[in-house]
Amino acid sequence: MTGRTEAIMARKGEIMRRALGMDYAEFERSPIAFDYDAMMAAHGYSLDDIVAIQAAVGVGSTPLLELRNLTDLVRSYAEPGHGARIFVKDEAANMAGSFKDRRASMSIHVAREKGYAGVIAATSGNYGAAVASQAARASLACIICQEAFDSTHLGQPEIIEKARICEAFGAEVVQMTVGPELFAHMLELLDETGYFAASLYSSFGVSGIETLGWELATEMRERTGAPPTHVVITHAGGGNTTGTARGLKRAGATDTQIVSASVDLSGLHMASDTDFNRKSFTTGHTGFGVPFATWPDRADVPRNAARSLRYMDRYLTVSQGEVFYVTEALAKLEGLERGPAGNTAMAAAMSLARDLPRDATVVVQETEYTGAGKHHWAQLNFARERGVEVRAGDPRENVPGKSIVIPESPEQIRATEMDLGRMRRSYVRNALAHAVEGYEPTAEDIAFLAEDTNSTPEAVEEIVAGLRAGA
Amino acid sequence: MSADRCRTGQWVEVERVLLEPADRAANLPEETAGKPLLVWVKGFALGETAPGDECEVETMTGRVVRGRLSDLDPAYTHTFGSQPPELAGVGRDLRARLAGWRAAAAGGPGDPKAGE
Repeated sequence: MTGRTEAIMARKGEIMRRALGMDYAEFERSPIAFDYDAMMAAHGYSLDDIVAIQAAVGVGSTPLLELRNLTDLVRSYAEPGHGARIFVKDEAANMAGSFKDRRASMSIHVAREKGYAGVIAATSGNYGAAVASQAARASLACIICQEAFDSTHLGQPEIIEKARICEAFGAEVVQMTVGPELFAHMLELLDETGYFAASLYSSFGVSGIETLGWELATEMRERTGAPPTHVVITHAGGGNTTGTARGLKRAGATDTQIVSASVDLSGLHMASDTDFNRKSFTTGHTGFGVPFATWPDRADVPRNAARSLRYMDRYLTVSQGEVFYVTEALAKLEGLERGPAGNTAMAAAMSLARDLPRDATVVVQETEYTGAGKHHWAQLNFARERGVEVRAGDPRENVPGKSIVIPESPEQIRATEMDLGRMRRSYVRNALAHAVEGYEPTAEDIAFLAEDTNSTPEAVEEIVAGLRAGA
Repeated sequence: MSADRCRTGQWVEVERVLLEPADRAANLPEETAGKPLLVWVKGFALGETAPGDECEVETMTGRVVRGRLSDLDPAYTHTFGSQPPELAGVGRDLRARLAGWRAAAAGGPGDPKAGE
């Protein structure tokens, strides 16, 4: 690492404290534990406050649609008496076209309240569009840092479209080649400009998603008399799962199963210059979903507000081909032409609904906008041009980066269950590894790890003992 | 890219090397570690410059960034592309299948397996 990168990384704590306007040190309790609830409450906004802030800037209250055709399609091949009702929250109806507006609206509100002149976010996804749109409304300057190109200046059409929409909203877009040093450059820009860090993982941003869970529970109660039995959530960094689940709990939907879903991109290296353009999803995939669930504090804030293992009851994966097929089906059967990444949960929901009784209710909690570049056709054409094999067949034969197999019939859509026990173990191993060497976890640490993994102190003790025995 | 020099005030893109390969982060895959980390930024040209030459731009946020002039009046050329043949029949087939299943469920003459 260069002197320059080292120098800026050494000042990370100081720069982020100024750029976030809060000191995370006050929530730390030990080398392992911190006070998550106190951190989430520190901004002082109630759910009603957040609803009002979002309503004033065109965010939230998106349509909840029942997908009767998709439900009947699933019932046409489900076992008798099976085939849950499928609903979708059409988050593409937000200002900048995705649920990320909920996150961005809170970050921008806080930035304005605290008197910052501008905001900076590192994102190649919809969050950039959301931050740029909200910043424009709030008359704040905006810089979006994107990992955009491989070393030949070739970029995914989806990311190029994201750059376009950010620039359409007046943002400065800093586009970089592949590599984790993007974070160091973001720190340099925060230092240079004095702008607010509109991190995806701040408590402000994640609190902004709670309205989504709260809205859908309330609307389902009005529509069906009860909260949904299952909510399926496209999962990457963990904010979507965390915020939605917290909102559901606030609405009293404590029996609702939280099902996270990601596109399976196992085998592709996220920092590889050559793998970069061999994946057809830039988010909602296991390349973010697994590492962030098993070590959330890898984020750009000292403590990540998005802690998905706390909330998920199940974690399903689907293949790229299955999601593209469902994206096409949704447009043709339901008149909903939406972006593929947001339909990851939709593909998992079709598989899930098939195995549930007819009176179960499955809500897919987001859609995202689509258009040139950010469209499943564009992604498939780009993959084919890169030498990825695209063909019809059994999606089980899909190999990330090598082939995309489009199902020939909807029965072939079958999500794969991830082993949450293994992920909890991996999280505990990471938490121990990040504490100072030789640190012995206390009873308070064990209780924290149990909460952070939606587990019990006994189960955590067992994992710790197992890790020690194996070490 | 035009061979003409950019005008002062013209909307352009510059490219610069942020990190040479030797200066990159540890533990990168070989194919990434061997490449420089490049960055592209757009802004208003602060002088007349030929493509490929060093120049300064003022970005949308008012920052002044120095780099090699890489594009003038940069375009967005991303598209939808052609119809992937694997998806062309999806709508037709699923609609037929749904209609057949509903007709059968209603006790009508439709074949529940229609469209399969």
